[in-house]
Amino acid sequence: MNEKRVSYTLDSTLDSVDKAEEAAAKLAVNAGFSDEDRYRIAIAVREAAVNAVLHGNGSNPQKKMTVSYENTGESLVITIADQGNGLDPKCIPDPLAPENLLKQSGRGIFLIRSFMDEVRFRALEPGTEITLIKHVGGASPGVKEETQ
Amino acid sequence: MSMKASQREVDGVTVVDLSGRITLGEGSVLLRDSIRDLIAKGTKKILLNLGDVTYIDSSGIGELVSAFTTVRNQGGELKLLNLTKKVHDLLQITKLYTVFDVKDDEATAIQSFKK
Repeated sequence: MNEKRVSYTLDSTLDSVDKAEEAAAKLAVNAGFSDEDRYRIAIAVREAAVNAVLHGNGSNPQKKMTVSYENTGESLVITIADQGNGLDPKCIPDPLAPENLLKQSGRGIFLIRSFMDEVRFRALEPGTEITLIKHVGGASPGVKEETQ
Repeated sequence: MSMKASQREVDGVTVVDLSGRITLGEGSVLLRDSIRDLIAKGTKKILLNLGDVTYIDSSGIGELVSAFTTVRNQGGELKLLNLTKKVHDLLQITKLYTVFDVKDDEATAIQSFKK
């Protein structure tokens, strides 16, 4: 049986971000992803965890981040939830727009979308849940962009 | 591996050799402080050698952009040297590759700074 799902409830700290990223990288190795995809999965999880800890939970020690990992055999599914005020993904400025290109921040969700095959947002009461999916053997969107 | 930064002077250009991870927290703060110190000393020609940088997140990209604009606003030049494939791809995806002046040979990079 390939299916395996584990969940962790973590404090809203940068140490938790590192732990979430390291666990994702290890799981990606076990799932058989290439070195390039492992790197992309690790970055995407790191960005989502940073958003949860800093922007969602505001580093509030009373609020937690929940990270779940599942290897379905066909895909790696990672879900990260915070207990913040919510996020409307439609309201995120395009970091590639000329007026935003030299801004210091605002690229996290763009990188997540670039590096994962599927990205879903779900509003919680309270908080936001983001689901990141990478298909084993699936084409990377970043590579697709380069070949178009 | 946490980030490390060391500096050396080559023909009037300050080369900052970076290694490790430029990510939110220690890595991005070290890069920010290094650039601030150089600007405070009046340094106008800065070459960031990223050859041993293994990993950059969006915070690290933001620090590179901030360093670039800060130095430029002070009338200086900041260029990037020796991008790894991972960093190269990140800068391409974020459309920053053409914003930065990127070099892959140190001697050529040093010569490219205004005299």
